[in-house]
Amino acid sequence: MNKFKFDWLILPLVGVLIVLSVWHGVAGKKIFVTDAAGAIIEEKRIGLIPDLPNVVETWTSSLPYIKEPFAKRGEMDQGILRFTWYSLVLVAQGYAIALIIGVPLGFFLGLSPTFTKMFDPLIQVLRPVSPLAWLPLGLVLFMRAGPEAGTYAALFTIALCGMWPTVLNTAVGVRAVPQDYLNVGRVLKLSRWKMLTKILIPATLPYMFTGFRLSLGISWLAIVAAEMLTGRPGAGGFLWQEYNALIYEHIIFSILTIGLVGLILDRLMSLVEARFKATS
Amino acid sequence: MSKFLEITQLVKTFPTPKGPLTVVRDFDLGLKKGEFITVIGHSGCGKSTVLSMIAGLSDVTGGVIVLAGKEVTNAGPDRGVVFQAPCLLPWFTAFENVMLGIDQVYYTASKLERTQIAEYYLSLVGLADSMHKRPGELSQGMRQRCGIARAFALSPKMLLLDEPFGMLDSLTKFELQDVLLNLWQRDQKTALMVTHDVDEALYLSDRVVMMTDGPEATVGDILEVKFPRPRTRRQLLEDPEYYRLREYLIHFLNERSHHRPGKNGQPALAHA
Ligand SMILES: Nc1ncnc2c1ncn2[C@@H]1O[C@H](COP(=O)(O)OP(=O)(O)OP(=O)(O)O)[C@@H](O)[C@H]1O
Ligand SMILES: [Mg+2]
Repeated sequence: MNKFKFDWLILPLVGVLIVLSVWHGVAGKKIFVTDAAGAIIEEKRIGLIPDLPNVVETWTSSLPYIKEPFAKRGEMDQGILRFTWYSLVLVAQGYAIALIIGVPLGFFLGLSPTFTKMFDPLIQVLRPVSPLAWLPLGLVLFMRAGPEAGTYAALFTIALCGMWPTVLNTAVGVRAVPQDYLNVGRVLKLSRWKMLTKILIPATLPYMFTGFRLSLGISWLAIVAAEMLTGRPGAGGFLWQEYNALIYEHIIFSILTIGLVGLILDRLMSLVEARFKATS
Repeated sequence: MSKFLEITQLVKTFPTPKGPLTVVRDFDLGLKKGEFITVIGHSGCGKSTVLSMIAGLSDVTGGVIVLAGKEVTNAGPDRGVVFQAPCLLPWFTAFENVMLGIDQVYYTASKLERTQIAEYYLSLVGLADSMHKRPGELSQGMRQRCGIARAFALSPKMLLLDEPFGMLDSLTKFELQDVLLNLWQRDQKTALMVTHDVDEALYLSDRVVMMTDGPEATVGDILEVKFPRPRTRRQLLEDPEYYRLREYLIHFLNERSHHRPGKNGQPALAHA
């Protein structure tokens, strides 16, 4: 029990403390230059990286956003959970599109060697492309879509980047369906539809869920790029806006929020995945 | 009398990285309707290969297989297959596994009738109490029982069994052999079963087909087993003839299986 606590609580806390102190050590600090009479004549920042906010500054400056997580003071000045919620909604939509396109694509790739030979090289080329590169293309594609063009471009980017793990894992899963299971289907002369729903899909599900989890991670990764370039309110849009507004504390705050939410999403998906693998 | 299953000059060649490998060559065999035939041979000689060609799961390279007057070109539910490993679909319960085939074959029957067929066969193999469990919750023996129920429930023209009891302990094995015999006698099926258990072959079959070692395996010899049915193990064990046949099979496996017939002047027994 003690060993457990040590491994899972003490050690991670030590790690966090080390990083925080390094951060605090290199970060800047505000000082006031006073004249002989003690009146402030200048305010300046000193330190190794003077413009990097330190831990205390980041904490005090972020506190209002944490204390009132659902506040809405203006379009770009809202509580952090409200921002996170906007981002989650956008990601959920893009992610849904990624799955709807990715799963059938994965099945085609897994089932047809010809299809694989045709499209696999292309997929390998498109897969490593960053969301930052896709977004401008999305903006061009939906340029004539009216006021919602930014949203469409963001969805396009999230879906396109998030799709690949689902596509590839599904394809691998379909190829890995044991020949024995397929033989059962052949002996029974199952129709194509039954073969798919009764044998192929259940046999591929564990692989698909691994793909779903990885896809969600990437979709979340793409959110910052999508919101930054389209200026939407959200965890990523807030980050970019605060950079432009010179409130650097909030950049760090946003990064931490995005990271934490990403972690939570991944853990949730792992739970679903584990449940699925246990029951199938 | 015309044969129910007629295999003529069967050849199977697999492409391998080291060139084509002819696993089976010049394999001839005929089965009468209602006959129970076992095939024995050393591991890797090609028994499963032959069986899967009859099942239509694997293409023949040469020769023909004719079942009830029709050439076998594809798999179908007219041949009930019990696989070497009881490959039940793990996401379905035992009942659903059996139903999958029943829905397919008895598509004109009502839902109730189909359920009854499944329940009937599952209880025949002794799974009445565990039919709603998934394969993961069943023992090896129970899974194999389910595999047998699945094959029989479709009332196929013919049963193809690939070492169905190979992985079981002897008590379960004896019990399932009797289950199989009962079903076979009741439904008057024609059955072809692969085994490498000499006692199992003698207890179950009308004829034992002995295969020579691969590559290019073929029928080395055929032994008639004329014990009256229904048989009991005890009755067989008390019969001196049983030991003579057993000795014959073991001698084949130990000595003669290494040679293709003809090469050493021992032609395959004509199978009348
Ligand atoms: N798809 C394949 N490609 C190449 N070689 C194969 C293939 N399937 C089977 N073989 C070869 O054919 C031979 C016969 O295999 P088979 O599975 O029919 O043997 P078996 O008699 O059923 O053995 P066992 O008693 O161990 O089940 C083996 O040497 C095997 O390596
Ligand atoms: Mg085999």
